[in-house]
Amino acid sequence: MASVTYDHVVKRYTADVTVVKDFNVEIKDKEFMVLVGPSGCGKSTALRMLAGLESISEGEIRIGDRMVNNVAAKDRDIAMVFQSYALYPHMSVYDNMAFPLQMQHMKKDEMDKRVKNASRILGLDPFLSRKPRALSGGQRQRVALGRAIVRSPKVFLLDEPLSNLDAKLRGQTRIELQKLHRDLETTFIYVTHDQVEAMTMGDRIAIMNAGILQQVGSPGDIYDHPANLFVAGFIGSPTMNFVPVTTSDTTAKATGFEVKLPKSVPAGKGTLGFRPEALTDRPSADGSLEMKVDVVERLGSDQFLYGQVGSDQVTARVDPRMKVDPGDSVKLGLDTRSLHLFDSQNETALF
Amino acid sequence: MTVAAATARPATSARFSPQWLSERLSRYILHIVVIGLTAAWMVPAVGLLVSSFRPFSGIATSGWWTAFSNPTQFTFQNYSDVLAQSNLGQSFFNSFMIAVPATVLPVTIGAFAAYAFSWMKFPGRNWIFLALVGLLAVPLQLTFIPILTFYVQQLHWTTSNLEATGIPGLPWVPLWLAHAGYGLPFSIYLLANFFRALPSDLFESAEIDGAGTLTVFFRLVLPLSVPALASLVIFQFLWVWNDLLVALIYVGGAQEVAPLTVNLANLTTSLGQGSNLLTSAAFFSMIVPLIVFLSLQRYFVRGILAGSVKG
Repeated sequence: MASVTYDHVVKRYTADVTVVKDFNVEIKDKEFMVLVGPSGCGKSTALRMLAGLESISEGEIRIGDRMVNNVAAKDRDIAMVFQSYALYPHMSVYDNMAFPLQMQHMKKDEMDKRVKNASRILGLDPFLSRKPRALSGGQRQRVALGRAIVRSPKVFLLDEPLSNLDAKLRGQTRIELQKLHRDLETTFIYVTHDQVEAMTMGDRIAIMNAGILQQVGSPGDIYDHPANLFVAGFIGSPTMNFVPVTTSDTTAKATGFEVKLPKSVPAGKGTLGFRPEALTDRPSADGSLEMKVDVVERLGSDQFLYGQVGSDQVTARVDPRMKVDPGDSVKLGLDTRSLHLFDSQNETALF
Repeated sequence: MTVAAATARPATSARFSPQWLSERLSRYILHIVVIGLTAAWMVPAVGLLVSSFRPFSGIATSGWWTAFSNPTQFTFQNYSDVLAQSNLGQSFFNSFMIAVPATVLPVTIGAFAAYAFSWMKFPGRNWIFLALVGLLAVPLQLTFIPILTFYVQQLHWTTSNLEATGIPGLPWVPLWLAHAGYGLPFSIYLLANFFRALPSDLFESAEIDGAGTLTVFFRLVLPLSVPALASLVIFQFLWVWNDLLVALIYVGGAQEVAPLTVNLANLTTSLGQGSNLLTSAAFFSMIVPLIVFLSLQRYFVRGILAGSVKG
C-alpha cells in the first residue's frame, strides 16, 4: 500500500520523438486512478515506466517515498495485469498464479494458502488444474488478476484489462474490479481508452492527449468542469456540442441562436460547449434555439436528436416521450448553468 | 446470415448445381494431385524395397517392376548377406554414438544463442545474425581442408591418436564438433525465428513476476518451443544419421569407429560388386530414422500457444 508520484517524468525515444511530456501526478494511497486518453497518447507508456518495463528519460517516479527509477521491475512491489493477460500457456491456472511466489522462493504452504485465497476471491476454484486454453476469456482475465493478487503488491497496474472481453462481461468485470479494489485496499492504476470505464471506476481520472496530461480530477469534476476543449470532447457520450460563437460581455452569438452567459467575458471569438442533456424541450428565456432534426435515435430511456442549429451540428438528449420525427423543426431550451466557453486560441476553458 | 443461407437453399437444387460441381471437382483434383505426388515420391523407395528381395542376377538384368511376373525368385539372400558380411551391430552403435551428441550439441547451443538473438539486446545483434544466416549458404565441403589441417596439425586429433588415449568416445569428438558447427547456423536461425514469435507480454509479465533470464529461458521459452525443438531434432538427427561424407572425412573407415553409412558404403567395391547388398542395407539404415520421425512427429502439431494471449 503506497502512494505513487510522477515527478516531471519524460519519456523520449529519440531526440524528436517524445511520447510522455512533463508528466506530474500524485496518486494517493488506496486510490483508484484511471489514466485515460486516445490510443497513442502515452498513457500505457506512463504505466510501463512505473512498472519498470520502460526506462525513464527524465524526472522521477516514486512509490511511497522510494524513488524507483533504477529499481528492477521485480523489486518495485507492483503487479501488472496485461491487456492480453499474458498467461503462461503451458502452466495450469494454479501454477500461473503460483509463479510469482515461486520466484520469491516462498514456502510451499504459504504459497498454497495465498493461491487458494486468491482463487476463492475470484471464483477460480473449479479451474485450478486447467490450462489457460481451456478457459473462457473472462476466466483467463480473472487468472491474470489472481496472479497479481497473490503477490499482495503495493500497487496494482492494469493495462486495458477489459478490452478483450465482450460488452456484457466487461460491464460485470467493471463492477467486480471495483469490489476487488475496495476489498484489497490497495492503490490501483488503471489504463484505458474507454471513457465509460474511466468515469465509472476511477476515484480520480487523469486524461492524457499527445503525451501531455490534460486534467486530473474526480469523474464528476471532469465532467462538469473540463479544463479544455479536448477533455470536454473526450469525456461524455454523445460528445459535447461545440459551436463557434462571438462573445460580447454576457452574451454569446452563434449562427442560429443567442444565449446569455452566466458571467461576463471579454469580447471576441470563442467556442461554446454544452452537453446534449443541457438541451431540454422547455424553451427558456436565457437561451433557446430552433433545431432542424435530421436523425432521431430512440433508446427507450433516452432520445437523441441530431440536427442543425443555424449552420452548426448539434446533438440533443431529450425526454423519450417528446414526439419528434426527422425533418421536424423543434424549439429547445438551453440550460445556461451548464454552458462552457473555450478560448478560440489555446482551447482552455474560460468557465 | 450463413445459417439462414444454408437452410434457405433446398437440398435438391444444391446437388448438381454448377457450384456444387466445381467444389466437388476441385476437391477431387486436390486429392489426385496429393496422392500423385506421394506416389511419385515413393516410387524409388518401393523400387529399392522390391530390389532388396531379388537376387543379384535379377537386379542386374531387369527392372524391379518386372519382378512381380515371377514372384518365386524373391529371396532373403541380400539381408542375410548384409548381416553376415558387415559388422552391423558395431556400426549401429557407432552411428548412435555419433548422431546423439551431434544432435544434442547444436540444438542446445543453438537454443541458447537463439534466445539471445531474439530477446536480449546487445550491440551488433542484427549484423551477427545476418552473418549467421549467410553461413547457411556456405557449402560445408569448403571447410574440410582448413578444419582438418587445424585438427591434425594444431591439435594432433587424428583418429589413431585419439584412440591411443583409450578414452571411449574420444575418437568421435572431432566429428561431434564438426556436425555441431555445420548444424548451428540452421538451428539458431530456426529457433530464433520461433522464439521471436512468442508474445512479448509473456516476457514482460515474467520480468515483473521476478523471473531472471535463465528462469525465463528454462521455464517459458523451452516448454513453449517444444514443436520447434522437436522438428529441429528430427532434422539434425536425420542429417547426421544419413551423413556419409562428413563422417568419412573426420573419423575415416575404421570398423570400430565408422558409422553405419560408411560401413554400408564399404560393402560395394569400386567396380560396383555387391551393389545388391546396398538395397537391403539401406532398409536397415532406414529403421532408426523412421522410429525417430514417428515418435516425434506428434510434436509438430501446432497450437501449443493457444490460450496464452487474447480472449
